[in-house]
Amino acid sequence: MYTTDLTKQPGKPDNVKPIGPAEDSALVAAFEARVAADEFIEPKDWMPEAYRRTLVRQISQHAHSEIVGMLPEGNWITRAPSLRRKAILLAKVQDEAGHGLYLYCAAETLGTSREEMIEALHSGKAKYSTIFNYPTLTWADIAAIGWLVDGAAIMNQVPLQRTSYGPYARAMVRICKEESFHQRQGYEAMMELANGTPEQKRMAQDAFNRWWWPSLMMFGPPDENSPNTAQSLRWRIKRETNDELRQKFVDITVPQAEYLGLTVPDPDLKWNEDKGGYDFGEIDWDEFYAVVRGEGPVARERMTARREAWESNAWVREAAAAHEAKRRERVAA
Amino acid sequence: MSDWPLWEVFVRTKGGLAHRHVGSVHAPDAELALRHARDTYTRRMEGVSLWVVRSADIVASDPDQAGELFEPAADKVYRHPTFYDIPDEVKHI
Repeated sequence: MYTTDLTKQPGKPDNVKPIGPAEDSALVAAFEARVAADEFIEPKDWMPEAYRRTLVRQISQHAHSEIVGMLPEGNWITRAPSLRRKAILLAKVQDEAGHGLYLYCAAETLGTSREEMIEALHSGKAKYSTIFNYPTLTWADIAAIGWLVDGAAIMNQVPLQRTSYGPYARAMVRICKEESFHQRQGYEAMMELANGTPEQKRMAQDAFNRWWWPSLMMFGPPDENSPNTAQSLRWRIKRETNDELRQKFVDITVPQAEYLGLTVPDPDLKWNEDKGGYDFGEIDWDEFYAVVRGEGPVARERMTARREAWESNAWVREAAAAHEAKRRERVAA
Repeated sequence: MSDWPLWEVFVRTKGGLAHRHVGSVHAPDAELALRHARDTYTRRMEGVSLWVVRSADIVASDPDQAGELFEPAADKVYRHPTFYDIPDEVKHI
């Protein structure tokens, strides 16, 4: 799963400021030269404050997305249509937890604590991918998520394996290896429905209709409204722009939909011979920003479920801590 | 409740190879650190052995000192075999 770098207002930089005069210009120049030479920056290396802040925001948003991403799928574990599908879904949800943990660890190397990040997620201060604030109504939604949402995630994440911050890049290498299973199991589940009874086929088309546009929104605002993009590209935190990645995703996914016999829910979709890619319809950015602001159809349910899971399982964390305290006392005695 | 201590995780991919750093986990004690490491880093047969070490116990060199620390090797090229010219006729040296 993936989130792009989300700001609350279109066209307005969040908290990334250009490098201020307070920072030693020789250090900045040396840093920029290293990044430009495709060197990796490691935790204890000197880095501009804005670089650190941008990374903390992007990596923690990414981590939160993995964690929240477990919720819509977790809902379907008990209702998976077969034991095979259930085992697969369990493994996928466990992977999402793992991805969240790799990323939290990477963000922690920048000097932010796990506790602060979890707190920011639960208080609503931190953002996560808008995609998870849409409901999963039928089993076909789970198939569509694997195929489209994880497909978009892969598109976003592959270039991040070469991101300039070492711990982030290494986390992305692990994640990308595992993500491919997520997408393939989704497409396979979708094939089964698309080749099934007329009712199953309808279900597949219905899920596709609902997930197509939100998947395109996963790449974030259009380049002209993505104020942090230029800086992030320069620092190689990002390697391709939102629109470039979105175009790639459309070009790859449309033939996959055709193979399934599904119709892309976009009357303006058309192959453009000159650019060697598809032209597609206007994305409803008002909807995107509304979901970013927390007005997604199930935003509240997601956070409630997340907080409940955290609180109702607090006893496990407390018991583990108490056990360790007791052990230490025994050793001391 | 504040964060549990951080542990660095090392995995031996297979017999004959050294343990390699793969990431970290939070855990209250060593036993749980191992269990978390197993669930987080070896879900797909990535290893046959795990080490966990309290991150606070690792002593690291200072990257700002990397120049002074590692530079002296650069002017001692005679430490490398290619420094020496040996005629081709002389084999197996």
